Parts: sequence; C-alpha cells; structure tokens
Amino acid sequence: MATLTAPVAERGLLARPIEPTGVWSWLTTVDAKRIGILYGVTAFIFFLIGGTEALVMRTQLAVPDSRLVGPGIFNAMFTMHGTTMIFLVVMPLSVAFFNYIVPLQIGARDVAFPRLNAFSYWVFLSGAVLMHLSFVIGQVPDTGWFSYANLTERAYSPSAGVDFWVVGLQVLGIASLAGAFNFLVTIINLRAPGLSLMRMPLFTWTTFITSILMVLAFPVITVALVELMFDRLFGTNFFNTAQGADPILWQHLFWVFGHPEVYILILPAMGVVSDVLPVFSRKPLFGYPFMVYAVASIAFLSFTVWAHHMFTTGLGPIATSFFTASTMLIAVPTGIKVFNWISTVYGGSISLKTPALFALGFIAMFTIGGLSGVMHASPPVDTQHQDTYFVVAHFHYVLFGGSIFGLFSGIYFWFPKITGRMLDEKIGTLHFWLMLIGFNLTFGPMHFLGVDGMPRRIFTYPAEMGWGTWNLVATIGAYIIGLSILVFIVNVFKSLRSGDRAGADPWDGRTLEWTTSSPPPHYNFAEIPVVHARDDFWVQKYPDLAGGHGGEIIASAPVAVAAAVGHDEHVYVHLPDPSYWPLITASGIFVAGFGLLFFMLLLPVGLFVVLFGTVGWSTEPVNG
Amino acid sequence: MEHTAVLPAEAHETTTGLNHRKVLMWAFLGSDCMLFGSLIGTYLVYRGRYLAGPKPTDVFDIPYTSVSALALLMSSLAMVLALAAIQRGDIRRLKIWLLCVAGLGLVFIGGQVYEFTSFGEEGLNLAVSTFGTTFFVLTGFHGTHVTFGIVWLLMIWIMAKRGQMTQARSLDVEIAGLYWHFVDIVWIIIFTVVYLIPV
Ligand code: HEM
Ligand SMILES: [Cu+2]
Repeated sequence: MATLTAPVAERGLLARPIEPTGVWSWLTTVDAKRIGILYGVTAFIFFLIGGTEALVMRTQLAVPDSRLVGPGIFNAMFTMHGTTMIFLVVMPLSVAFFNYIVPLQIGARDVAFPRLNAFSYWVFLSGAVLMHLSFVIGQVPDTGWFSYANLTERAYSPSAGVDFWVVGLQVLGIASLAGAFNFLVTIINLRAPGLSLMRMPLFTWTTFITSILMVLAFPVITVALVELMFDRLFGTNFFNTAQGADPILWQHLFWVFGHPEVYILILPAMGVVSDVLPVFSRKPLFGYPFMVYAVASIAFLSFTVWAHHMFTTGLGPIATSFFTASTMLIAVPTGIKVFNWISTVYGGSISLKTPALFALGFIAMFTIGGLSGVMHASPPVDTQHQDTYFVVAHFHYVLFGGSIFGLFSGIYFWFPKITGRMLDEKIGTLHFWLMLIGFNLTFGPMHFLGVDGMPRRIFTYPAEMGWGTWNLVATIGAYIIGLSILVFIVNVFKSLRSGDRAGADPWDGRTLEWTTSSPPPHYNFAEIPVVHARDDFWVQKYPDLAGGHGGEIIASAPVAVAAAVGHDEHVYVHLPDPSYWPLITASGIFVAGFGLLFFMLLLPVGLFVVLFGTVGWSTEPVNG
Repeated sequence: MEHTAVLPAEAHETTTGLNHRKVLMWAFLGSDCMLFGSLIGTYLVYRGRYLAGPKPTDVFDIPYTSVSALALLMSSLAMVLALAAIQRGDIRRLKIWLLCVAGLGLVFIGGQVYEFTSFGEEGLNLAVSTFGTTFFVLTGFHGTHVTFGIVWLLMIWIMAKRGQMTQARSLDVEIAGLYWHFVDIVWIIIFTVVYLIPV
C-alpha cells in the first residue's frame, strides 16, 4: 500500500507542456476555469451564427409571397438554427458554467478528471466544426433538428447534408458524455468537507441532475444516429420501409433522448436563477428541499413522457392516455419551482441589478412556455397544435425565455467573478429590456399564427391567409433581439477595457465562489473550505440573520475573503499539469469524422490516432 | 481512460470514500445499459418483420453459439480469480488468470467471426433484410465491446509482465473487471433475446 502516494516513475511518450501563457497553454490546458472560458466563448460565437440564421428566416417570412431565399436555403436555415442553438449554444454555455462555477461552489480545486475535461471541449469543437464544414461544400443539413426518418434516407435526401448532421452530432455526443461523466464524479466525490448533498447550491444540484440526464439520454440518440448512419453509408434497413422497417422507430429513439434533452437545456438555467434570486432578495431560497426534490423528480419523469411529441402518429388509446397523464404530471414539480422562486423574492429586499432582471424575466417567460406546454399535453388540442407556429411559440418561450434568459442572468452574475470586472448596469438594463420586448414581439404573435393554422417550416405563405401582419411584427421583434445582443457585446468589451473592479464578493453573495478572489487563483482556494451550513458564506458574514433576510445592505462584507485572497505567492498547491493528450485524442476523432464524410481512408487513420492518444494519455506520468 | 496511472489525487480522501475512476466506471456502465437497451429495443421492434433473406431459424446453430457463450461466461470466473490474485499480491497468478480471461474472450470473438462468415455464406448480411441489419449491428456492437475489453486486459497483462502491477494497483484490475462482467451480462440478455426465444 505504501507505493500508493509515490510518484509514478515511468516517463510518458511526450513531456508535459509547461508554457504558462500563449496559444499552447490554451491548447494544452486542463484547468477547468480556462476550459469554461473556451466553452463560453465558443458557444457565444455559435450563438451569433445561429442568430444570423434566425434573422435570415425572419427576413424571408416578414412579408407574404416573399422570394428572398428559396425553400432549399430556408430548410437549411431552420435545421442548422435549431441544431446550433440546442447543441452548440445552450448546452455548451451551460457547460461553461459547470466548468467555471461548480468547482468553486463545491470548494474544489479542479474537476475529478482534468484531462477528460479538456478532451470534452476539443471533441465538442471538432463536432461543431465537422457539422459546419457542410457550408463549405454547399450541402447543408436540411431535414430539421429532429431529422425524421425516412426523409433522411439516402433515397430521399441524396445530398451529403444529413451525413454532416449525423457525424457531427455523434461527435458532439461523445463530448457531452465525457463532460457529464466528469461532472457527475466531481460532484459526488470532490465536495469540500461538510458540504453534504442537501447543502449544495442549486446550480450544483442542477449540474448534477443534468449530468445524470446526459449520461442516460445521449446513448439513445447515439444508437439512433448510428442506425441512420449505417443506413446511409452501408445500406442497412433500419428505416427502409421497402424492407418492412418502421420509420416511427426513429421518432421513439429520438424523443426518448429528446425530452430529457429539453431538461438538459433548462435545468442549468433553473439552477442559475435559483442561486441568483436569493442573492438579490437577500433571503434564502424558499423551500430548498422541495426545489431539490422537484429537480430530481423532473429528471425521473422526463424519461416517461417522450411520446407526447408523437400523439399524431396514432399511438393507440392506452399509450396516448399514459403519455398525457405523465406529461401533465411533470407540470407539477415545474409549478412547484415557479412558486418557490416567487416566494423567494416575496418579502425580500430586492435589488434590481441585471442578474435579477434576467432571473425575473426568466420566471415570467418560462411560466408562459410551461402553460402552453400543458396545453399540448392534451392529445386533441395537440392534434391542432402539432407542426404549427403554436409549438414554435411554446418551445421558444421555454428555450429562449427560459434557458437563454436564465443563462444571461448567469453571465451578468458571474462575469465579475470570471473577469474581475463588473458589467455596466445601465447598458445591462438596456440589454434586458430590449431583449424582453424583442422576444415577446417575436414569439408572442406566433401563438396567434399557430392557432390560426400557420404551419411551421414553410418558407413562405400566400397573402390571402392573413398572416402577414403578425409575421411582420415577429420579424421586427427579431431585429430588436439582434440589437439587444449588440448592446450586450458592447457591454462586454467596455467592461473588459474599463469596467469597475469587482472585488471578491461584488453582490454580497451566499455561496463559496464568492469567498475567493475575482478572478480566482489557478488553484481556486488556498485552503479547502470547511462548510457548516447551507449558504455557508452568508451565514459566516451575517450570523445573526442567517435565517431571515438582511434589512440594510452592508457594504461589501469581507470576513472569510481576506483569508483566501492576497497572498497568492506564498501558496504552493500542486495541480495537474497541462497535457497534449486530450488534444491529440480529440483530433483523432476529428480526423475519423472527417474521413467518414470525405475520404474513408482517413477513418482508420483517425482511429489509430485515437488509440495512440489513449495509450499516451494513460501512460502519462500524472503530475510528473 | 486514466486506468494505468495512479493519480496523486487518489491519495487524498474523496467525499464518498469511493475512488473517482470506480464511480466513473459505474456511470459509464449505466450509460452503456441505455446503449444496449436501445439496440435490443430496435431488434425487438423488428422481430419477425423481415421480407427477404434467411430467417433466424435458417441460420442459427444454438449448440454452437451456446459453447461460445459458455466460454464468455467462464471468462468472468477467471476475471474474479485474477482480481483475487492481485488483491493477495500474487502477480504470477494474476498474469495467468488475465491470459485466461483474454483467451476465453478471444474464443468468443473467434466464434463470432466464424458465425458471421457462415451466416454471410447463407445469404444473411447487413443489407438483405431488417433481420440481417438488426442482428449484425446488435451483436457487432457487443463484439466490439468484448474486443475492447480484451485489449484492455492485455494492456494490464503487459504492465504486469513489466513488473508495473503491484498489489496497490488492484483497483485497475477491479475496474477492468467491472467492465468485463457487464459485457458478459449483456451477452446473456442478447443470447436469450436473439437466439433462445423463438420468433
Ligand atoms: C410544463 C412543462 C412542459 C410541458 C408540459 C411540455 C409539453 C410539450 C409537448 C406536449 C410538446 C409537443 C408539441 C407538439 O409537437 O405537438 C412539446 C414540444 C416541445 N417542447 Fe415542451 N413542454 C414543457 C416544457 C418544456 C421545456 C422546459 C423545454 C425546453 C427547455 C421544452 C422544449 C420543447 C421543444 C423544443 C419542443 C418542440 C420540439 C419540436 O417539435 O421541434 N418544453 N412540449
Ligand atoms: Cu417533450
């Protein structure tokens, strides 16, 4: 047993990289904070790309009988828009916060598997790039973000677009799984002493539950994608109706993944909001245990409702009744959360800073989206809604009004922690109101259009249908959203150049991330904190009001901070060194995917690089 | 992933007292359950729904496949003995049992290769029918898992030969064992669903 702590003597295939700055330091970093920044910046770039695609669609639909872009381009736009926003924006933006914030919130110095974490980012980037190479050769995926069979078979979609979609998503799936395993283990195993499960901040909780959902949902889409890929590349019959296959199989597999996926998209945002509201109401989260149970039961129930996306396929009365009931049931924990957030704010001393504005916007918009969700839980109603703009309105209220508003709340909340500088409150408030107004102008009218029978995924419509007015309103709204994003970008650059210094605890926070400097040192905490209570930092600062809310705002309070910050130089904490292997292994996956799409001979080359990377990785002297 | 080096981090306490890599393996196995669940689900949906090519009853040779299934099951026993050996510090027996596991795994894979070729000669392939499609993809996925396990165990065997496996690293064997037993159990299910239950 004595050898356990002894350093591993063997030499790795490559020496560990050592540069502390510069491009190589980013390419080889295993620091969760840096990886978080990489994820966040990448996701934001894709947000701009996906947003541009949305504006192309809205411009086309602004007036009836428009011929600005043809149906082909329109199909490509909605497919790439949906796929991008879900897999390349909301998920990685959430993962950015998992990386940066969760280790801080649980009082850890890093994640459980730092190199696996870096691997996850590079694979994610590979998948995103592979999918976007389709633009280069001009054969863009065009079968919708759920790509129903058997439209996707070679016979009906002969262009390579679907191949890019299939390969890209499989690679992204590997990245998601690697990340999810990592955060699952990190939260189970790296909590600071005293941080029991029921003391964890809600964002850590939702990260935990989201990771479980990813671990269980992504293999299912992987199987569906592999089946589709085999059909297209090797002539199998998974969705070939001529051989008696049933294309509904795809829908089942897709939605067994797809519904948990929508919770993968919303739970992190819910976690952000649950951490933001108590800070800006100066009150503990109302009904903390109920919140935790609600998150957990939603995760469980999310695997029992998938067929509510398939009511119109004719499931039969028993299945239809079951899925109706389970879908309505899932609204119960969701409702509990909404009431808990409202009760958290109620009676608090509210300060309407930008994070709080976005969090309140989240509650209102998400509630509207939840209500329309319950409406189409009813099969007869859904038969009317399916494939109309009403469904488009629903999922934008939950995904944009919910996830994106929640994540922006997180950006404003944690930006000072990450950069050490405050975002401007005035510009932030302008951003919020522009986005709220633009959002409701865009998606509110879609409820009316949907009930009026306007189908989704049509590239134009005749003037006689009378849909022109609301469509024009929606397009104007979309440009206002675009403007609000420009305002946000201005805010970021202004802050990075000349923003106010943040200090360790700019918002009078409650959880551990505010006990360390902004930005935190490489090792997060000079000394691993010991936790004695939920909202431990708050309790330390205000032992007298731990239960209730603070009456007057006490200027930035500092007790524990001083201990952790300031003497960086004196602390020596040995952290995992950077490594080339995650990048090498991930590049093997990129080459293999590239081979599948362009040049089959590269597939074995890529797989060989993966093997080489894995061997190098596992024989690398850790911390050598 | 990180299965051959002892992380210094492991010297520190974890919150639950469980090793990181062990928790990771359990999570991975949970994930893999969903993978095989979806593949087996696909197979079941298409059971008996094929329009062309040989039928299962035309190609299956149950006694033959039972023998290779038995080889795989026996390998689990050898795996248990391999782990027991390293936990006792008996590296010599560890090496023997590891070779046994890998050898029995190879018997299974050899059997599968032979089976695939002979089915192919009888006209069953990926493209001929939904039966061919679902059969080859499901069993092929499982075979890939077994192959990966064999490579992994042989890597541990090489390290043991080089004197790098000590009693302190029995966890490496334990984690590989978890994976191996899981793959065996999956085969019991596949064997039952695909071969034994008549259509
Ligand atoms: C109260 C909770 C919710 C209920 C009862 C609910 C119910 C439904 C139902 C029945 C549909 C199918 C409509 C149809 O296609 O005809 C649907 C679609 C959808 N929902 Fe929800 N939902 C809820 C929350 C959410 C959340 C939180 C998200 C994501 C953050 C979400 C995202 C979606 C998406 C993306 C679609 C459309 C998928 C597509 O057709 O492309 N939903 N919802
Ligand atoms: Cu759903």
